[in-house]
Amino acid sequence: MNQTPEVQNPGAEVTPCWSCKGPVAGRALFCSTCGAIQGPGNLDHFTRLGLPRRFAVEQAELDRQYFGFQRRLHPDRFATRSPREKALSQVQATALNEAYNTLKDPLKRAAYLLRLSGRKVDVESAGTIDDPQLLMESMEMREALAEADSVEEVSRHLSEAEANIADSHKDLAAAFAADDLDEAGRLVTRLKYLGKLADEARQRRAKLAAMK
Amino acid sequence: MLLQIHEPGETPLPHADERGLAVGIDLGTTNSVVAIALDGSPAVLRNAEGSGLVPSVVAYSEDGSVVVGKEASKQLLDRPETVVSSVKRLMGRGAGDVKALAGTLPFVLDEAAEGGMVRLKVAGRSLTPVEVSADILRALKAKAEESLDGTVGRAVITVPAYFDDAARSATKDAAKLAGIEVLRLVNEPTAAALAYGLDNAAEGLYAVYDLGGGTFDISLLRMEKGVFQVLATGGDAALGGDDFDHEVAEYFLAERARELGEAQITPDEAKQALMTARLAKECLSSRDSGEWVIEVDGRQSRHVLDRNGFEALIAAEVDRTIELCRNVLEDAGVQPQDVHGVVLVGGSTRVPLVRRRVAEFFGKEPLADINPDEVVAVGAALQAEALTVGSDTLLLDVTPLSLGIETMGGIVEKVIPRNTPIPVAMAQEFTTYQDGQSAMAIHVLQGEREMADQNRSLARFELHGIPPMTAGAARIRVTFAVDADGLLTVSAEETTTGVEQHVAVKPSYGLTDDEMAQMLRDSMEHAREDMETRLLAEARVEARRAVLAVRSALDADQDLLSDDERTAIHAAMNGVEEAVAGVDRDAISAAVEALDGATRSFAERRMDRGIRSALAGVSVDRLENKVEGRD
Ligand SMILES: [Zn+2]
Repeated sequence: MNQTPEVQNPGAEVTPCWSCKGPVAGRALFCSTCGAIQGPGNLDHFTRLGLPRRFAVEQAELDRQYFGFQRRLHPDRFATRSPREKALSQVQATALNEAYNTLKDPLKRAAYLLRLSGRKVDVESAGTIDDPQLLMESMEMREALAEADSVEEVSRHLSEAEANIADSHKDLAAAFAADDLDEAGRLVTRLKYLGKLADEARQRRAKLAAMK
Repeated sequence: MLLQIHEPGETPLPHADERGLAVGIDLGTTNSVVAIALDGSPAVLRNAEGSGLVPSVVAYSEDGSVVVGKEASKQLLDRPETVVSSVKRLMGRGAGDVKALAGTLPFVLDEAAEGGMVRLKVAGRSLTPVEVSADILRALKAKAEESLDGTVGRAVITVPAYFDDAARSATKDAAKLAGIEVLRLVNEPTAAALAYGLDNAAEGLYAVYDLGGGTFDISLLRMEKGVFQVLATGGDAALGGDDFDHEVAEYFLAERARELGEAQITPDEAKQALMTARLAKECLSSRDSGEWVIEVDGRQSRHVLDRNGFEALIAAEVDRTIELCRNVLEDAGVQPQDVHGVVLVGGSTRVPLVRRRVAEFFGKEPLADINPDEVVAVGAALQAEALTVGSDTLLLDVTPLSLGIETMGGIVEKVIPRNTPIPVAMAQEFTTYQDGQSAMAIHVLQGEREMADQNRSLARFELHGIPPMTAGAARIRVTFAVDADGLLTVSAEETTTGVEQHVAVKPSYGLTDDEMAQMLRDSMEHAREDMETRLLAEARVEARRAVLAVRSALDADQDLLSDDERTAIHAAMNGVEEAVAGVDRDAISAAVEALDGATRSFAERRMDRGIRSALAGVSVDRLENKVEGRD
């Protein structure tokens, strides 16, 4: 869900296990006494997937962590269990999917990191671009795409947008590494419109290809 | 690397099989298949002639008896008004949807029927597609029980990946009516991938092209070491091999009309032409040409068709499937050459034009070494075993269609985009648009189009009791949750005041709870018994879990108890075990409650100790090391 994550000192609290009523560490997946699955708790996405909180994320490492947790928590593992256990595994798997979805996409991951640092970023809505340089760039690319009327031309614009996206990912990694959150915020805005532009180009290309 | 197949919490329970054997069921448009897996090796259940296909055809007679399968197909010609086929095409459909398809479906609709769900007129009865599907499932269950010599109580049932929420609910309802507990609804292409991947140790990107009788699915999966991750899925829930038959039948009928100088086509002629078309399709899949005769009421017409002619008739349908393949690859950002293999599923993939076009598009010969009619049931059986006995494989599926809400001006605001991994929960905030507005209508939609009326309407409900505020001040948070079966629940909440409404969405075209209850009453006596058995089994699972939990707690912390207290807890545990051995559900829950009471102060002391150790920094680390061990 889109709520702002609350960051806690992981594992600092001890809560009663719903099943055997004994103590369980706040971030435990299973009760160490009776083995019952626990609720997902209020963890940030990085902690949930056991990854360090930083922009640089290896896709293979992210997948490995995600699959590893899903193997133990997915509702398929609890299909014959009690309704309570089924419900908890669904909530756990849902939380894992949300974390995975956010972290696997560099744009969402960057926006999430900025939010964790207390900056407001809206990845979903179009928003306005207040950086004049970005605004110019965006308008120029948009016009160029609007004038393109062959599959080849649209494809060229698409590859250009894709190259720009790849560059922005690199710049974003550098900005986060240098702890330059202002620059990271600017790059997130740039990635947002580049992503939209690429989507539009793809749709346009499909339309032109279908007309042929 | 943690080499543990079962986590502490997921050891299979003893006696888990009291709810019967677990099978995989491919409930198809044209044929259904049942399979079972034991120790990882799946087997399709076959009749005496060795066929695993049961025609999804139901014949009803005036005396109330029901016949399913080949016997029912035989009656299609003599007494067509008593026979229902291809009912899967109507699952989750409303009367309005079906009118749009009028003429292409072999059904007589009950125009007088009330309520959202379409009804069929058969042998003097008015039946919903759910009831007809339940009759098929009942027959499959009976056949399986006969050949396995045991009770079949649970199943993984497959559905087209592109089935919407209403059709999925309808399928689950049908199983309930037939006295089958649905372990999981699994998407057909995903089931096929499971069967295929486990058999061939396939790794990398795979596309599953599944052309059934009435539905087309295309799924793109990543397979690696026991993980089957669906990346994108697409399709058309109203496109299948049946459409090939219709094209050919129309061609034959036009020829017949010319030849015999007929202006009007009778329903009998239409049925005959359809059956002949089916034969022609099968014949032209292996031969270059053929000749067929249609004879109705003594009037004959002769029809010659060669493979080129046949392919010209079905080219548009095949093109459409390739277009959908292209869309799915686009969605996943994948090029055809990135796909390592293409798996063919569904009897209609035997048509040579289909194979050719698929090979052309993906640039490689498609794989079909598992019988395309049976591969889905085989995958379902493997998953049924995985869900009941335990397994190390993991199926990660996605939502096939976007889910959203109608906003001002009839525009759809998407809440969950298509191809999102499930289970998933996502929320969106909306606001009021009038001063003092106290209620808000919420219209839930499924589909990719921009305007509400172009998408599938799933449900409507209202959030009431919004306190008076100026327009735009209220914060209405609507949460969509999709479970592992792909079924949706919607809830709405006004967040500034906490007015809340949770609505388990009953699809507009689904059965109401009342209708369901009535059908359960009407259905055979044993369906009710099945339900009672299931509730008892659930109570037992819960009671055994409670005893195991207390036993673990005693193992860990029994030094916190006096001898008397320990004796009292053991007595309460014995009480639960005795109740579980019986068949009285109330007695079981009373005993569990008594156990709860007997352990209350023990639990408090355990918590105290846990918190004290945590503060001392000991126990928490111990717990964490244990739970954070990774695969
Ligand atoms: Zn416990």
